[in-house]
Amino acid sequence: MAADAGKLEFGAKAHVALNDPKLRANFRRAMDGLMAKRTIQFADEAEWTSLRARGAMVRANALARLPELLEQLEANCLKNGIQVHWAETTQEANAIVLGILEAAGAKTVIKGKSMVTEEMHLNAHLEKHGITPVESDLGEYIIQLAGEAPSHIVMPCIHKNKAEIAELFHDKIADQPYTENVDELTAAARKALRGAFAGADAGISGVNFAVAETGTLVLIENEGNGRLSTTLPPLHIAVTGIEKVLEKLDDVPPLLSLLPRSATGQPITTYVNMISSPRKDGEKDGPKAVHLVLLDNGRSRVHGDSELRDTLRCIRCAACMNHCPVYTRVGGHTYTFTYPGPIGKLLTPQIEGLDCAGDQPHASTLCRACADVCPVQIPIPDLLVRLRTEAVRPTSPDAVKGAGSSATTGETLGWKGWTLLYGSPLLYRIGTRMLGWFGNLMPSSAPMLKQWTSVRTKPKFAPKSLHELAREKGFCDE
Amino acid sequence: MPKPTRPESVYFFGTCLIDLFYPEAGLAGMELLKRQGVKVVFPPKQTCCGQPARNNGYQDEARAVARLQLDAFPGDRPIVVPSGSCAGMMKTHYPEMFEGTPDHERAVAFSKRVYELTEFLVDVLGVRLEDKGRPVTVTWHPSCHSQREAGVVEQPKALLRMLSNVTLVENPREKECCGFGGAFAVRQAEISAAMVADKVASIEDTGATQVVSGDCGCLMNITGAAEKARKGFTGRHIAEFILERCHGR
Ligand code: SF4
Repeated sequence: MAADAGKLEFGAKAHVALNDPKLRANFRRAMDGLMAKRTIQFADEAEWTSLRARGAMVRANALARLPELLEQLEANCLKNGIQVHWAETTQEANAIVLGILEAAGAKTVIKGKSMVTEEMHLNAHLEKHGITPVESDLGEYIIQLAGEAPSHIVMPCIHKNKAEIAELFHDKIADQPYTENVDELTAAARKALRGAFAGADAGISGVNFAVAETGTLVLIENEGNGRLSTTLPPLHIAVTGIEKVLEKLDDVPPLLSLLPRSATGQPITTYVNMISSPRKDGEKDGPKAVHLVLLDNGRSRVHGDSELRDTLRCIRCAACMNHCPVYTRVGGHTYTFTYPGPIGKLLTPQIEGLDCAGDQPHASTLCRACADVCPVQIPIPDLLVRLRTEAVRPTSPDAVKGAGSSATTGETLGWKGWTLLYGSPLLYRIGTRMLGWFGNLMPSSAPMLKQWTSVRTKPKFAPKSLHELAREKGFCDE
Repeated sequence: MPKPTRPESVYFFGTCLIDLFYPEAGLAGMELLKRQGVKVVFPPKQTCCGQPARNNGYQDEARAVARLQLDAFPGDRPIVVPSGSCAGMMKTHYPEMFEGTPDHERAVAFSKRVYELTEFLVDVLGVRLEDKGRPVTVTWHPSCHSQREAGVVEQPKALLRMLSNVTLVENPREKECCGFGGAFAVRQAEISAAMVADKVASIEDTGATQVVSGDCGCLMNITGAAEKARKGFTGRHIAEFILERCHGR
């Protein structure tokens, strides 16, 4: 990708999204609903405060011992009969998954919801090699039919309303009449998916938490499709980022409560799957082989920075995007890469590089709505400021991929001038007096004022500054 | 937290935005404090809290300007700030900005002396207000940083509720950002425009004739957009609003 592609695309895509009233209404309505549901879940402020502190601690502890815990996870998975694979890049991860499927002679794959496989663009890779993946999560199924990417990490097709889905089903599913009845639409998807489940040679899923102590893969979901994908086919491949590891089983319950309550406002998900081994002798069901693919894709580098490491605490609940005033207006596809919203603008530039997605950390007013609701207390706005800093003034050459790529002489000089003015009481006094006299003569077409006045009136410099008024009124005397 | 004791005198940090565009709001803040019998000192060396540079990634520049404020406000007088955003910056970010520098201790002590204006009026001075103004319906706009950084949520509304002729209508979307965000309004002009349009609409829906806020950045954004779109409400900084109603200035 060209160095500026991500940058150009964000603004251009935001422009398109902002001018799509249907899309904006879909997001506004959906996010309003999700926020209201979450608020009900955390009505007890004290309970919320202590639970999220616990969630943050559990995740931070796991990250503090990440290398060690990953080794322990591998050892315990192997002991349980789960085969473990390590992938440094998404290409490697795709090759590993393809290799396992080809070795098993698998031609069709049923998939549970997994954002990491989206990050890998796994479906496209499998299709290229003659393997058919079918998404079984209803939202993922819908966007697969539409040939789109997820616009939200928990509700992948939230950008579509009922009528759009009705139209899509009518168009793409054989003999499906147009209906906006949700039960009928769900039944149509279920019918189509039932065949796919029965005939699948393998199942692929994500992982919510991987427990090092026991070698257990925890997978939560609402539709039962995750359970079917991981138990019905003879082969199950779980794919996850290396950061999803937890120290022990005891760490799971607080997160099992925080995640669904933050995400959809449910007290708990309908299904909680704990996968600890393939089918054992004498057991009647379960896959004959289970594989775990652990993907790095830049996470080790993020982990290497003690401040940015907090990014990896994320449990992908999506509360930050549900509450983000920018995401709500531009929707998920504007972010180009897999993860949208606040966590996306924090994670994407670290994975793809600041030279590629450097505009994303700036697509924020730093309003802190995200930090307020994050169940694992990631200080997203402060980390965005850190990325803005790395983009112009790297703290070390390799702290973040693409560091220093946004530095321009003009901008640096501008801030030097600003510092000179605001760092010297005398120059400040002269400068502000001049602005009071002549500032209002600046035309609305001046740089910066132009964007400002496109929808607002021009701000007026006061004839006398507060400094002058304070002196006149005697407030400057000790 | 124990209630801080009432000081004889306070410092006033006017903020760079108020200095240039809304000096009357700053002056009103000082008048309100003075009328409570507190001596107010406005150190002339003060300029800006440094937030613009910090938020844009220029930490050395932010520190240089912040250091000037550390110099300008010596001693242990409380520092009262008529802006939740600048107060939030000084309260929460000064300590971390100076970490590992010789100024760290000073910055920590400084940050503990900072109060947002309404916070100081309510929590420290325990003011009572007597409304002399005509009946009016207003709504409150909290800045993001006053709510979520400075931790000021209830105090300004408590003050507005003390005013007997003021009807305060709550905006259901009160907590949502107005889209100002400093350089954001220019860098992401279209998104900012969409956000402020929604904010203006939500204020209009309350039926209030005035929006009152404690932050002039938000006010410049909201009233600028309302004016351009010829909406039927105006905006006021809370210090000016209160002073005018209680002391008829
Ligand atoms: S950053 Fe926090 S709020 Fe956002 S998805 Fe991750 S855990 Fe949830």
